[in-house]
Amino acid sequence: MTSKIKSFNELKSVQKRLKAGRDPKKPGITVCVGTGCLAYGTKKLVENFREELSKRDLADRIDFRTSGCHGFCERGPMVVLSPEKIFYQRVGLADAGEIIDKTLLKGEIIDRLLYVDPATGEKVVHEDDVPFYKKQSRLVFGLNFQVDPESIEDYLAIGGYGALGKALTGMKPEEIIQEIIKANLRGRGGGGFPAGWKWDATRKAQGEPKYIVCNADEGDPGAYMDRSLLEGNPHLVLEGMVIGAYAIGSSQGYIYVRNEYPLAVKNIHIAIRQAREAGLLGENILGSGFSFDVKVNRGGGAFVCGESSALFASLEGRAGEPRAKYIHATDRGLYDKPTNLNNVETWANVPFIIERGADWFAGIGTAGSKGTKIFSLVGKINNTGLVEVPMGTTLREIVFEIGGGIPDGRKFKAIQTGGPSGGCIPEQYLDLPVDFDELTKIGSMMGSGGLIVMDDRNCMVNVAKYFTNFLVNESCGKCVPCREGIRRMRDILADITEGKGREGDVELLEKISTGILDGALCALGNSAPNPVLSTIRYFRDEYAAHIKEKRCPAGVCRDLITYSVDAEKCTGCMVCVKVCPTGAASGERKKVHVIDQAKCTKCGACRESCKFDSIIVR
Amino acid sequence: MVNLTIDNRKIEAEAGQFILDVARENGIVIPTLCSHESIEPTGSCRLCVVEARQGKKTRIVTSCLYPVAKGMIVDTRSERVMNVRRLVLQLLLARCPGSEQLKEMAAEMGVEAEPRFVPDTDNVKCILCRMCVRTCEKVVGVSAIGFSYRGPEKNVCTPFKEESETCIGCGACAYICPTGHIEMETTETGDTRTIWGRTFKMKICKVCGRYFAPEDQLVYISQKTGVPIEDLAVCISCR
Repeated sequence: MTSKIKSFNELKSVQKRLKAGRDPKKPGITVCVGTGCLAYGTKKLVENFREELSKRDLADRIDFRTSGCHGFCERGPMVVLSPEKIFYQRVGLADAGEIIDKTLLKGEIIDRLLYVDPATGEKVVHEDDVPFYKKQSRLVFGLNFQVDPESIEDYLAIGGYGALGKALTGMKPEEIIQEIIKANLRGRGGGGFPAGWKWDATRKAQGEPKYIVCNADEGDPGAYMDRSLLEGNPHLVLEGMVIGAYAIGSSQGYIYVRNEYPLAVKNIHIAIRQAREAGLLGENILGSGFSFDVKVNRGGGAFVCGESSALFASLEGRAGEPRAKYIHATDRGLYDKPTNLNNVETWANVPFIIERGADWFAGIGTAGSKGTKIFSLVGKINNTGLVEVPMGTTLREIVFEIGGGIPDGRKFKAIQTGGPSGGCIPEQYLDLPVDFDELTKIGSMMGSGGLIVMDDRNCMVNVAKYFTNFLVNESCGKCVPCREGIRRMRDILADITEGKGREGDVELLEKISTGILDGALCALGNSAPNPVLSTIRYFRDEYAAHIKEKRCPAGVCRDLITYSVDAEKCTGCMVCVKVCPTGAASGERKKVHVIDQAKCTKCGACRESCKFDSIIVR
Repeated sequence: MVNLTIDNRKIEAEAGQFILDVARENGIVIPTLCSHESIEPTGSCRLCVVEARQGKKTRIVTSCLYPVAKGMIVDTRSERVMNVRRLVLQLLLARCPGSEQLKEMAAEMGVEAEPRFVPDTDNVKCILCRMCVRTCEKVVGVSAIGFSYRGPEKNVCTPFKEESETCIGCGACAYICPTGHIEMETTETGDTRTIWGRTFKMKICKVCGRYFAPEDQLVYISQKTGVPIEDLAVCISCR
């Protein structure tokens, strides 16, 4: 436990002492314990490592560390061996002893645990050489590897809270704000509003007290950037918040975090306790006379509570409903007091800007969007995981170079960006740089960083229906266009996917969309039609095929497709006959199989199991 | 005072006033469903939207909540505005096909039901304008009703849909409800009234002998104002 640190100088000497205790040449084992890896059962692997190390009496000679998410969730459980940074993936829970004996003690590489580059077929030994990592610039996320999220000592050892010390002792609040403005740090939650201006407005606003809030109510389907940051490096977020609070003149902060993120909730609580004990939070931080504390508020799982005014309502104990935002939160936010709300990733960028300067930060990215951005890359992609790249990296680089392309040699069709408020982008725009402004021009948005890749087996009408249905359930119900309009859109989309679409439905969807975009009260409603509008814009033909020809080109919408067997490709292997749950697939060995349409429920099990691609879906 | 233009008319208004109020003072009609002079605006029905231009920026705003500003140019009937209003009414007509008030309003505005919207069959006439909830909270001061669920499932009810201990049976919610969704039943003799599933005993006027108010309401008024309950035993007509 770190005792109370009373000055910046004392902080520096603590950092120095802890850093000296971490010999970079000492052999070490780092196991990722992000939520993805934990889901693979990594907790058991960690126990096994500890047990095997103590059995061999190695506990003191080996640096064993559990760390936050490494990002390459597809390949968990993941173990990195230092100092060489040997990268083992898909590690078996019982592999601990073997890794210690062979690799750590004898220097032998265990072949089966290495990552195989699907492009070249070659095995990759070192983490930095894995293509998924190689093309990334892991700035904010990169520290996850170096710290145990439950250890403030780890964070201090890598220079943590140094930016806070620098800010409190060497910078005036206004200077900090100017630095953030100069860096052009824009809100990572999706809005992209310049954080520095927001800070400035809150600082100058009339009214006391002033509040700062960290928005950790990440709720886009498939997105988990903020979750992994808060889980993996909570002190980084806290440090950013304390700096912000000092610049803005706030003595009370809140972290609004989804209760569905238990590990994030646990780790931020631990971090807050440790920071208080270390004198980095609470009264008279680092002897500067500045006091600030943070409370954690767990959200009840409403997507709309990521919207600022709904978040404040929820924090105040009221129902999470937005209000018309004709008055800025910087003037009247939480409890009607000046409030600065930034998301997790935005706060996490602050210490870097203070430490390394605005010019350095502004040197990364594009003209209007600076720094890096973390994306969660999911869907039909080989390398599922979290990716951090400089703003302006193209979608093609993210999908094909970092993401390793589409599995099973299928064809890229679209990428859904920006979550339910974003849109689907077709192949023709893959070379667009991803930043706050470019994707908006083509009807989508970068949003908070969700990227869902789709291939030719994704039906775009069905995708639009999925997101619209999500929003129907997540609408707070306060205003008519959102509450009533989105469900009517969902009903029409459902009709289209069920073969009940009518001529004029697409035009009607566009008309309803315009009304909702103009008429809805908050950002959820104002952007709710985007998935529908963007799929109509780029995949109008697919809508037409559903409506006019009663056909689903992607072979997804059950009411519009039939499964049959391609007699030329079928080898009569009986696999489909075995997997078919309803007995619709039948046949004899080495004879062409058939599918009985009356029994077929179109579940797709035969298609997935057929090794000869002989199941035809039309 | 600020000068602005509404529908090509030059208008002077006090700074901070809402567009809707200024328009009404000047005889410009903007339709509303969730606005009432006794309660603060909430901006939920979206019928009162107008197009407001400030400098180069034009946006659709809810006039009940948006304050006027110097030089603002307001169009209360632009195409975008009418599109939103038409959609709102069509959506509400589909939600509450049984509401005569909505039908009248739609007819007045020349809006026809959208045939593609299948009308709901649950006989609900509530448009979730929130007037009842706000009245109960802000005017009456008891907060006996509120919302449960969200999105399309959202509805007004007492907590857990049980008989409310805090409800005083005043009926203000039923009175203010624009679509007649909230039902209040009174017996033939007038000795009891039932609302939100709870039956209230009515008080007889000492003078005329008619039932005039729920006993619970009189107790509440007495407690709130300090007027002895005996002094409240006479109905308004006889006072």
